[in-house]
Amino acid sequence: MEVKKGIGVSPGIAIAKSVVIDSEEYRIPRRSIMSSQRKMEIKRVREAFLDAVAELSKLDEAQSIEERKIRDIFAVHMSFLRDRSLRKKITDLIYSECLTAEYAVSTTLREIATRIAQVKDAYISERAADIYDIERRLLKHLLGEKREDVAHLTEEVVVVAHQLSPTQTAGFNRTFVKGIATDVGGRTSHSAIVARSLGIPAVVAVEDVSAAVGAGDMVIIDGNRGVVVISPDDETVREYEQYLRDFERLEHELDAIRDKPAVTRDGTQVQMLGNIEFPDETQIVLAKGGQGIGLYRTEFLYLYNEQEPTESDHYEAYAEAVLAFTYRPVVIRTMDLGADKYTQSKRYTPEPNPCLGLRSIRLCLQDLSMFKTQLRAILRVSVLGDVKIMFPLITNLEELRHAKMILHDVMEDLDEESIPYKHDIEVGIMIETPSAALTAGTLARDVDFFSIGTNDLIQYTLAVDRGNERVATLFSAGEPAVLRLIRAVVQDAYRAKIGLHICGEMASEPEYIMLLLGMGVRTFSLAPPMIPEVKKIIRSVTITDCNQLTRKILTMNSRRQISNYLMDATRKIIPEVF
Amino acid sequence: MQAEEASEKLVREITVEIKNEDGLHMRPAMLFVDVASRFSCDIRVSNPECSADGKSIMQMTMLAATQGSKLTIRAVGADAEKAIAALRQLVEGEKFGGVSVSDLTEQKD
Repeated sequence: MEVKKGIGVSPGIAIAKSVVIDSEEYRIPRRSIMSSQRKMEIKRVREAFLDAVAELSKLDEAQSIEERKIRDIFAVHMSFLRDRSLRKKITDLIYSECLTAEYAVSTTLREIATRIAQVKDAYISERAADIYDIERRLLKHLLGEKREDVAHLTEEVVVVAHQLSPTQTAGFNRTFVKGIATDVGGRTSHSAIVARSLGIPAVVAVEDVSAAVGAGDMVIIDGNRGVVVISPDDETVREYEQYLRDFERLEHELDAIRDKPAVTRDGTQVQMLGNIEFPDETQIVLAKGGQGIGLYRTEFLYLYNEQEPTESDHYEAYAEAVLAFTYRPVVIRTMDLGADKYTQSKRYTPEPNPCLGLRSIRLCLQDLSMFKTQLRAILRVSVLGDVKIMFPLITNLEELRHAKMILHDVMEDLDEESIPYKHDIEVGIMIETPSAALTAGTLARDVDFFSIGTNDLIQYTLAVDRGNERVATLFSAGEPAVLRLIRAVVQDAYRAKIGLHICGEMASEPEYIMLLLGMGVRTFSLAPPMIPEVKKIIRSVTITDCNQLTRKILTMNSRRQISNYLMDATRKIIPEVF
Repeated sequence: MQAEEASEKLVREITVEIKNEDGLHMRPAMLFVDVASRFSCDIRVSNPECSADGKSIMQMTMLAATQGSKLTIRAVGADAEKAIAALRQLVEGEKFGGVSVSDLTEQKD
């Protein structure tokens, strides 16, 4: 039994056999197989070789690679892949030692590479890199096969990987994928967000979990406490099964309050909205008692399609969500690509500092045809319900006015074409940069609502990369600087009498709910599975208590003190959530 | 394939010196394997330390023959004579040196 600590990013407990995927660039652990499995593994090696040859032939045909040197390298790869004695060396190893195909491929090629690297001739020793390349190519095909396995599961599993892309995570079959553990990532990395939306327990930043877990090992994933237990003993399994039952009971209790209003004990009404990534998630929001969509991320349209989405692609995706919420708010955020998310069709030049680079609204304002296509679709869909537009990453008034000007251009176009839309559609902005937070009073005059995006606001305020596991622990909503900014934005929104939502992860972390209520937040938009839990907290507190707690917190100057105080206060009211 | 021709077992052997500056690195090794693979005879290449199958790029690369090293090429089989002649021509020829593989393949076409 081995216990590993990471960051719990999606709550819940999973106990199941593991599927290990995507170990690219990573040491493949030595795993033995039963002698009856050898034939299968040898077949997999043969198929990996054939696939790799086919892949190379395709590259060659494509002729996009004109550089002779690159073609030479591929020719060498090809000749290795066609070398029967190489394959024999690998299959002999599987046969004599009962090892997995991945391990046999990796060891054999690394052994060759090591031998070559030792030659006292720079020209030859440098060729070791080619051998590593061939290893990677073969492993890609071997592991790719497993990726297929994830798509065609027949039993419950937990997925263990070095890293998962949001696309991979979104593709998981919820019936069978019960948990996720990855080596890297952070609380707000995009696959974590997707895991949370799907309600799959997940733990990230578990260092070398993908190397430590062997395919088929029993694994416990504790998304509540950020723990992964590999090959647990019977007692641990029993403990967790009990814990799982308790957790499910709480879930059940939470479902019971689904249709009850989110109202504090002293009668203050709170609006609970859901954050969604895909149109079909509206069903989860409804199932969890959400009263609308506070954040409709639209990036999936760009990320998961081969071509840039057309106006009707946009329209259909929005209409599905809007129609699911007849006359309840649906806030559509315009494209927030760049930084860690890129479109399929446009390969932007890599930037040295993408989070400070051409992303989000900046990208839209440079690519007007793409931006206008989306705005047209949002406007057209506005007649179907209570649609609002939200611009992300606004940093100053010029940017906001520029974006609004483009919106008005699109409105004029629609007027000319006599296409109906809601003329008084509400326009809001995300407050997610310190610059916007500090000038919220000015920005408020030009918008109908603010939505505080805490993830980016924290990242930019604290200068911490939320996806870098080495500094991820420094990322916290409880930093005094962050709290002061949020407080200021809420006050500015009140003064200007405009709407205010909070849509970052902070809105779904139990310990911050009382504080946010005390600051004056009355609209929460969060990952759908978190809605019942947060509602339960809201229904258990009084605004008087929240105000008192907030006054106290705002006098504190240390994050630790703040976190401890908030934890204690929340635990007193609703001990089950911790 | 070799077994069928066992009755007519011709053995030919030569020793060549690797003259090109970069030694028998991957691309020349690949050329060697390409030429060797055209013949049905068994081809072994050896230096004092080890021996390799002349038709396997992996084994040939592992020979790690640097400039000036001497290699013994031994061919066993019906077309051993022709194979040795072709390989000698290849190793001693100018093209084995600095010329890249694609130049050669292009000329071949």
